[in-house]
Order: sequence, then C-alpha cells, then structure tokens
Amino acid sequence: MTMKTRLLLKVAGCTGALLLALGVAGPAPALAEVRIDITKGVVEPLPIAITSFAGSGGREAQMGSDISKVVSADLERSGLFRPLDPKGFLQTPDQLRSGEPRYQDWRAVGAQALVAGNTTAMGDGRMKVDFRLWDVAGGQYMQGLSYTATSDSWRRIAHIVADAIYKRLTGEEGYFDTRIVYVAESGPANARKKQLAIMDQDGENHQFLTDGQTLVLTPRFSPTAQEITYMSYFNKKPRVYLFNIDTGRQEVLGDFPGMTFAPRFSPDGNKVIMSMAQNGNTDIYALDLRTRRQTQLTDSPGIDTGPSFSPDGQRIVFESDRGGSQQLYIMGADGSGVKRLTFGEGRYGTPVWSPRGDLIAFTRQRGGSFALGVIRPDGTGERILTESFHVEGPTWAPNGRVLSFFRDVPSGDGRGRSAKLYTIDVTGANERRVITPLDGSDPAWSPLIP
Amino acid sequence: MRIKYLSLIAAVALVAACESAPKDAGNASGTGTNQTSSIRPGSQEDLVVNVGDRVFFGFDRYDLAPEARATLDRQASWLKQYPNVTVTIEGHADERGTREYNLALGERRANSVKNYLAAGGINPSRVKVISYGKEKPAVLGSNEAAWAQNRRGVTVVD
Repeated sequence: MTMKTRLLLKVAGCTGALLLALGVAGPAPALAEVRIDITKGVVEPLPIAITSFAGSGGREAQMGSDISKVVSADLERSGLFRPLDPKGFLQTPDQLRSGEPRYQDWRAVGAQALVAGNTTAMGDGRMKVDFRLWDVAGGQYMQGLSYTATSDSWRRIAHIVADAIYKRLTGEEGYFDTRIVYVAESGPANARKKQLAIMDQDGENHQFLTDGQTLVLTPRFSPTAQEITYMSYFNKKPRVYLFNIDTGRQEVLGDFPGMTFAPRFSPDGNKVIMSMAQNGNTDIYALDLRTRRQTQLTDSPGIDTGPSFSPDGQRIVFESDRGGSQQLYIMGADGSGVKRLTFGEGRYGTPVWSPRGDLIAFTRQRGGSFALGVIRPDGTGERILTESFHVEGPTWAPNGRVLSFFRDVPSGDGRGRSAKLYTIDVTGANERRVITPLDGSDPAWSPLIP
Repeated sequence: MRIKYLSLIAAVALVAACESAPKDAGNASGTGTNQTSSIRPGSQEDLVVNVGDRVFFGFDRYDLAPEARATLDRQASWLKQYPNVTVTIEGHADERGTREYNLALGERRANSVKNYLAAGGINPSRVKVISYGKEKPAVLGSNEAAWAQNRRGVTVVD
C-alpha cells in the first residue's frame, strides 16, 4: 500500500463481526474541486467511473468486483450519480493500484470523478478493503479510506464505501449502510397475510421476522436499529409490541386497557410514544421503557394519533381531528403548548419528523387521491412530492434527503391490489421501486447502522 | 378442459353471488325471520340469517343511521333472548383513509354499536370491541359500493 493512512477511529459493529478501521489520507480539499450541489432542486447526475476493486487471488478479485457493483448501484439509485460503463475504461484497475491515475484517460470517457479500490485477504477470515477517490476534472486526489471486516460482511463494507463517496462529493451524510423494516403482504385483499420483514436498503439480505399467522402493522426502528416497535393482533388483542432483531424476542409494551397502535421511539430510545383507543376516544401516551411508567400526553375527545418526535426530543408532531377533520399539530414532549400545523384543504395524517429536523413528511387526502408531502415545522413551505390513488406511510432515510413510502394500486378488475415500496428524493425527483419478494407496505428506514 | 372451464364459470358466479349480498349498503344482511331447523338458536348463523350481524356507516362517520338502529334493536332483543351469549363488535373502515386513523375510526364505530346495545339494555360486560381499521374489507373492490359495505360494525358471537 502506498497510501498513507492515519488511524482515526475503531468501531465495533453491533454483532462484533465487523471491525472498521477508518483512515483518511491525502491533502486538504482544494477549493474548486468536483462537488454535487444538492441545494438545487433537480441536479444533473455526476458522471463517475467506479473501477472493479482489484484483488490478487481469484476470490479477492471476485469480491472486489462484487463490492464495486454494490457501490455503483447505491450511488446510481441516489439519482445524484451516473456510474459509467466500465467497458469503455482505458486504464485497468491494476494500473490504478498505485500512484496517480492518467487523468486524460478518464476525462476521455467523460468521468468527473474516479473510484478505485483493493481487497486483500488478511488470512484470519477478515479482509481489508480500501478505496481512493479522485477529482478527474480538477486532476487531484480527494480521499482514501481503508476498512477491515470479516469477509461475509462485504456488502456492508460496500455500502460504507458508497456512503463515504456520497458524503465526500455531496457534503451530506450518506444513507446506504441502512436497513428497511416493512410489512410483507400476500394473499387476497380480504384475507391479506401480513408479516414483518427486514432487508438492506437496496432490498438485499431480505428476511421475514414473523410468520404471518398474526396481523402486524406499522413497524418502526429504535435509534440503535436493534429493536423494532410495531402493532400486533396477537391473541386478538391489538397492542404495541417490541421486537428484538438479534434475539427474536417479542414483548407487549405497557399495560393499557384498550387498543394501542401507531408507536414510535423517542430519539434517545428511552421512550415509545403511541396511541391508545378506548370507549371511542383515542389519545397519545408515552411509555418510559426503563420505568415502564405510562404518561398521557393528549386529552381531547377526538382521534389523536400518529405521534412522531422532533430529532431533539423536545417536540411531538401528531394528527388529530379535534378541529373537525384530520390535521397536523405540534406539542411539547410533555403534551403542553399544542399548536395546529396544517391549514390546507383536505385531510393530513401520518406525520414523520425528518431526522434533520427541517421538515415534517405527511400523507394528504384530497379530492379522492392521496399525496405525500413535506412541510416545515413552522407551517411554511408545504410541498407535495407524489400523488396517486393511494400513497401512504412516509419514512425518512437518516440523512433527511430521501424518503420511502408505499403505493397501493387496485388491480384492473378491482378485486385485487398490489402494494409496492418506493423511495423518492425530498425534491420529489428520482422515484424508485424497492424490489421485495412479496408486496410491501408500512416501510420504516433505519438510522445508519452503528 | 371443458370441466375446468365450467368450474371456472361456477367460481365466478359464486364470487358474484357473495358480492351482491348485502344488497343495500344501509341494510343488514338477511333480515328475514323464517328460521330453518338446521340453524342452532343463539349461534352466529342464527344472528346472521335471522337478525342481521352488521350495520353500516357513512364516510368518516360513526353515528348510527335509522337502518343501523333498527338492526341493533333486533340484535338487542336477540341478545336478551340468549342471555348467555357474549359478543365482540368488530369495527371496520374503508380503504380511503390512513392506516392509524382508520384503526381509531374502527374503534369509534365498534363503540357506537356497543353503546347503542347497552342503551337497549344489554350489559356492557357481554360486549367486547375490536377495531380492524381497513385491514379486513368484507367486499373487494375500489369503488363507492364496496367502500359503503366495508364501513361497518359486525357483531360476532364469541
């Protein structure tokens, strides 16, 4: 390795299987370097050359090739990058193993940025993956990072590499090393089988968490991405549950006399807020996970539901029909100081506060169609991202830049339906399907995996 | 081949028959009084055939229309006739609402039914409620006729 790496950080992965050694090399960034300005609405994707990561042995070379494909796919799906076809590349990955690239060869294929990398087997079941990023237009080196991990976690390494490139070129945190939990659906519309399922954000490593014997709805991640809170009809008693992903252990949350639903974690992970319906009235409650104390936060005769904390944990946005129709409201985390947020025509529900704090996503129903939109917490800047017969359930990627949601389309004969998961940029651009083995609804995006 | 084709037609006819009942959105299914011998008195089948097991609601409403009250009056009489029977009221919503709101709305509807039965002299301890929101439509289809039949409260014998 010619790259001089300075060890900055050693992080133990959640299962202990992954050890990251993160190093930074190279000069401080120059002023006129290549950069994607994502403050504008719709951006022209940046042409980027991602070469197959080199490896000495056959297995290392295969893994290197697989890693570069995952990196390419991540960056492409973001809509901000256009990975170039490697067939046209003039310099081989081996020629990029050391020294400067021949910038003119990369300018000739239209690249503005270039990525090369290596995979090296460590002999102890672990591997080292390093990559370097160059500004082709400016003819300069930008960044080099190196990671060590067990070989079976190569996909995570690829996502982490993609996150690093995304961050270096956009100035914002990435979101590729994340997972999505959702409700997998199958069977006829009047006897739908629903089960919890989890996958990487690109749809890989898919697994079912429940068997579909019991109706489950609205899963949401804890801030550590280790636990999920969701609603289950176990024993015909609809209640909010906690699911530990590592152990598979499930437990009912709280001791409520009525149906509990619409759960969400507080940003510090110490509380779950949810709705409880009893005697025709629905209010919002907080459950302290350590003391198990239940606190009632709203006390209106209407339907108060869909609570979601602000990222600083100080406020809660929720929906209520207390004013006559479903609208969004914001209150303090203790239930004080309720203020109405939306005044638009139609009904507003399922609010979710962006992890960045700057926006609140919602579902709006108006004139027979559903739309997903965002609004600033001060009530200004309301904007619709997508609208159709039925879209619902927005969830934010951890960088607050991309959302996921589901769209339900009735089949031609009106008897069946098909629910699919999508992602969309906060600008409303770059809508993409998330491919799942079965139908899907109620997606929830995890934070970056610790 | 021909047999397969015929059975397909039969299946389609069966589905169509299922969908056409109940005929009126505001009416309960099977309001006749002619009791057949095969039906066990006090059973769910008895309730469905001879009383009417369900009432329907307007869009985003949970108040009871006159037809619904008539059905529930019959249910109350029936429940008095079989004092050992306990029931669960299932509250349902159509698909034109968000998931959480519809869960709350279904709970409101189930409680409207429970409260009406209680006012009619049925001990509330005999009546449980559960909301399924929009999760269990009775009728398939994305049209007003289907939605009207899915906005319902269904009385189920425990």
